[in-house]
Amino acid sequence: MPTTTIAGRRIDVNEEGFLVNPDEWDEALAVELARQIGIEMTDAHWAPIRFMREDYQANDKVTPTLRRMSTAGGFNVKELFALFPKKPAKKMSYIAGVPKPVGCV
Amino acid sequence: MRKLLILGAGTAGTILANRLRKELAEAEWQITVVDRDDSHHYQPGYLFIPFGIYSPRQIVKPRWRFLPDGVDFTLAEVERIDADGKSVLLKGGRTLDYDYLIVTTGAVPRPDQTPGMADGELWHTKVFDFYTLEGSAALHQALERFTGGRLVVHITEMPIKCPVAPLEFSFLADDYLTRRGIRDKVSITYVTPLDGAFTKPVASATLGHLLTERGIEVETDFMIESIDNEAQAIVSYDEREIPFDLLVTVPLNMGQQFIIDSGLGDELGFIPVDKHTLRSVAHDDIFVLGDASNVPTSKAGSVAHFEADVFVDNFVALAKGEPMTHSFDGHANCFVESGRGKGLLLDFNYETQPLTGTFPLPRVGPMQLLKESRSNHLGKLAFEHIYWHMLLPGRPIPLPAAMSMTGKIPADPSMAAAGH
Repeated sequence: MPTTTIAGRRIDVNEEGFLVNPDEWDEALAVELARQIGIEMTDAHWAPIRFMREDYQANDKVTPTLRRMSTAGGFNVKELFALFPKKPAKKMSYIAGVPKPVGCV
Repeated sequence: MRKLLILGAGTAGTILANRLRKELAEAEWQITVVDRDDSHHYQPGYLFIPFGIYSPRQIVKPRWRFLPDGVDFTLAEVERIDADGKSVLLKGGRTLDYDYLIVTTGAVPRPDQTPGMADGELWHTKVFDFYTLEGSAALHQALERFTGGRLVVHITEMPIKCPVAPLEFSFLADDYLTRRGIRDKVSITYVTPLDGAFTKPVASATLGHLLTERGIEVETDFMIESIDNEAQAIVSYDEREIPFDLLVTVPLNMGQQFIIDSGLGDELGFIPVDKHTLRSVAHDDIFVLGDASNVPTSKAGSVAHFEADVFVDNFVALAKGEPMTHSFDGHANCFVESGRGKGLLLDFNYETQPLTGTFPLPRVGPMQLLKESRSNHLGKLAFEHIYWHMLLPGRPIPLPAAMSMTGKIPADPSMAAAGH
């Protein structure tokens, strides 16, 4: 299992660079993770990331899909695409330190 | 007398009615099955109707014919489930009480959920689904009239029933257009919200390769916002537009509306269950089998069958007041028609992605996993007979419920990494 050093810390990641252990996450780390994929965190970015973390914990460790972000979190899908271009679900889960959503089976 | 109520007489509900009636004594258990109509559709047949391989009449039979003696079959629409009151309210005012409820009401395509789809003027003239009998029959007419242009095959959002069906449609369309001698006048584009051809990496790489080989373009990460009927294009949230002359779309798949209205569904109307026992997370006396639950495996008839194997043993134990000891592993297998008289076979579960090898017998097959062969294609056609005469009646089929690794070849990990 690969390990990487982010923000001066040794972190276990999978082959796609996602955190293996969501408990190693904190907001300082999120800023670094976002920077690595070219995103500068603003208040607009934090709201969906925090919701994703909370929902993941509350919902039996299942990462919310974009649809759930919209219906349960009240986020506008088009805005999520603007904030996290091209692959919002993948990018948000990467920054939030949770597994990629598996709505795709 | 204890009451078992089954909502839905499709693949899962019919198998369960047959299996459970044999297992549960008639003096102790009353079994009632509810469905809103008496037409059982062989849903895998929808794929073949647009190409004239099956006719619509061929794939519809009365539901009652496949239900056993000793169950009450009630034709009625469900209004609402009252989980706390352990009863189901039917349209028209009748109420059915239960000790245990099994929900097997499947998933339904919802073209009304995408702006410009069901409410667009091109619906069923240039925009079609093939997940309903009406849709695939109308598409058959349109394909016969089609003389060339841009054919776009599109998936709205996952999960969908039979997730390989749109790929199969693309392969069969390539084959069909070639046989009509107009393949060179048609561009085929496969548009998916996923980042590859399929959800599982190894299969995604193999199936992606087959698309390329047939000159089918792939547009990935496409989340549809609407259909622009005037411009004849599908439009994504990140403002990509893909023009079409003929659009074959898989609409958003959802659980039944009454599940949402009863407050039992997730954001798509699928009922959250324990993925190993299929028991509702919220209500101990409700189980969900087939496409209606949120289990993270394919929505497919094979899954309903494997789930039933595990569930029936568990339910018999539960009825005796014993613990449920059997666990469902997410086992799915899917035939994939790849056109030109050939097919592939995928076999996977919660933990293991589709692998290469032979099935069902190690090294013998006769079917080849993840590889095109004629026997796979013949297997798919033969399955219709097995479906009506063995699967629905609950007769033993020599396929184990739990997935076996025997005869399978672990995938090359570099291929897996390339796929996702």
